[in-house]
Amino acid sequence: MTDAIISIRNITKRFGQVVAVDNISFDIPTNEFFALLGPSGCGKTTLLRMISGLENPTEGAIILDGVDTTGIPPNRRPVNMVFQSYAVFPHMNVLENVGYGLKVVGTPKSEIETRARDALQKVQLPELAERMPDQLSGGQRQRVALARALVKEPKVLLLDEPLSALDAKLREQMRLELANLQASVGITFIIVTHDQDEALSMADRIAVMDSGRVSQIATPEELYESPKTRFVADFIGKVNLLDGTVGSAGGKQITINVDGVGQLKVPLEGDAPSGEVAVAIRPEKLKLSSRKPAGDDVKIQGKVVNLAYYGNASHVFLETDSGLPMTANVQNDTRDFEGAIDVGDKTWISWRPDDALVLTE
Amino acid sequence: MPADTSIDRVMRTEAAPRKRRWWRRKSDIGALDYARRWWMKLFVGAMFAMLYAPIITLMLFSFNDSRRNIVWKGFTFKYYIKAWNNDGLIEAFANSLTIAVISTVLSTIIGAMVALTLWRFRFPGKPAYEGFMALPIVVPEICMGVAMLVFFARIGWPSGMPWPLNLSSITIAHVAFSFPFVAVVVRARMTGFNRELEEAAKDLGASEWQTFRDVILPFMKPGVVAGALLAFTLSLDDFVITFFTSGPDTVTFPVKVYSMVRFSVTPEVNAASTVLVVITVIATFFAMKFQAPVKGSAD
Repeated sequence: MTDAIISIRNITKRFGQVVAVDNISFDIPTNEFFALLGPSGCGKTTLLRMISGLENPTEGAIILDGVDTTGIPPNRRPVNMVFQSYAVFPHMNVLENVGYGLKVVGTPKSEIETRARDALQKVQLPELAERMPDQLSGGQRQRVALARALVKEPKVLLLDEPLSALDAKLREQMRLELANLQASVGITFIIVTHDQDEALSMADRIAVMDSGRVSQIATPEELYESPKTRFVADFIGKVNLLDGTVGSAGGKQITINVDGVGQLKVPLEGDAPSGEVAVAIRPEKLKLSSRKPAGDDVKIQGKVVNLAYYGNASHVFLETDSGLPMTANVQNDTRDFEGAIDVGDKTWISWRPDDALVLTE
Repeated sequence: MPADTSIDRVMRTEAAPRKRRWWRRKSDIGALDYARRWWMKLFVGAMFAMLYAPIITLMLFSFNDSRRNIVWKGFTFKYYIKAWNNDGLIEAFANSLTIAVISTVLSTIIGAMVALTLWRFRFPGKPAYEGFMALPIVVPEICMGVAMLVFFARIGWPSGMPWPLNLSSITIAHVAFSFPFVAVVVRARMTGFNRELEEAAKDLGASEWQTFRDVILPFMKPGVVAGALLAFTLSLDDFVITFFTSGPDTVTFPVKVYSMVRFSVTPEVNAASTVLVVITVIATFFAMKFQAPVKGSAD
């Protein structure tokens, strides 16, 4: 890609015997909101720290705006980071914190003040410039950390789990604000998170990482609706995975033999797989009904084992007659849902064949 | 009817009027509220009396208008003036302060550097180094004193030099036993340091030196100040090691007081001791104040 602001080339990082990042390559174009998503220990933070220069890759190179960053220390890279703990300097007030990055490179005093106040304006904290960090709430400290990084006008802004320390309500609000901020400042954002909702709601593209490798890079919608691997399907949202073997493939459909369920027809994209595969169906795509549904839908009989009520929706834990566990996500769009389904109820589980997906990996 | 469960029994006893013993009357004291129990208050009071009564008596009797200083004969500042005019005592006091200041500066620098090294770097033999560094804290002072005496005699450290060079051996001895205290205090302070602060500074463009000056040093400062004050009081108070390393012309304040007591316990000694106690208390007070964790500093 020619307009890539950052290009990760065959990056490997080993800590002794442990391989934290295993031969990763990808490009991030200018002005993208990019998320590195994965469970803890998957290497996403290590990758971010290598971009910032706080860690050096064992192998490979990171090209930043056409410049190979190998050997360039963090203080001379045009990237800035918002740390997980925010790392707001406790002995400096908000304005000094924000201006610090300008002060150390010898920016004139008057310019520091203007630019720092400007950055505080961007994160909506202009009135707290004289406060000390211990007088700020967690959300405010995070804004200070953001302003402090933005004031440097970096080519790439790195965010390490920026929302993990905030409470649920604030987290939701900050997601929107971060996305808006990214759009308004026009800087490439790379965010590290283990929270799929965070990545799905903010990012333009997401790289899902697993044990040091990238499983899939795609837009949020693509990741959710067309995951490439079991890991991605399972990590992004909830999914029912049914193990089976490939039966016959013909035209745009493929038949999978699933133990205890029988033959499932699944639409086929690309080459026909063979051997052991998994059929993935999202819980919200399952329909539950007491009477046998009509039509071409795939239908299985089962019973309700457990219910988890979430207010707007409920998770219904099911067991098919053959003993396979499945989960359905039911919208509570009427007020009497709880009466409608109960633990122990016999039910028909059905889904449209198009909603299922074959996973080979 | 079901069997008498323990809950029923409790309920019944709760309902019945209970005969209360006088020592159990305050029923609102929680099970772990030891601080509110009368016997705990008594015990703590007795403890403090035992600890501080002698010191307070010493201070009070420094104002006693009596030569023998056994019974209270009236209030006077006479002995403070007398102590002030005692050239030997003043000289000892000046010696002590000089030694304390120099050894504090040296041991603070060395101690802080040791602490930084131990905090910042990993190197072979680090645990062993850490152990050996802290040895002067645990080695009995008398052993240190003898060791110092033998050491200075063996290497032929020059004595009888003009003031303040004649204090060099005592100063070196004081640095030797007080820098580990500084190192321990500063090290303890640094364990609370959030490494991301350092990384954030570098990420924002600060060089290694700027990071140290702007981020690490301000965080370290309370520990350094506390360590310095600790070193100062340790040096000012020290008797045993000083006694072994001092010569006839290098008497320090504690050594001088000791020699005065050998003739008679006059209120002059009390007055001198009171001054020392006050200085020590003030230094300790500031040491504690600086050592107190700074709110929000961990972030």
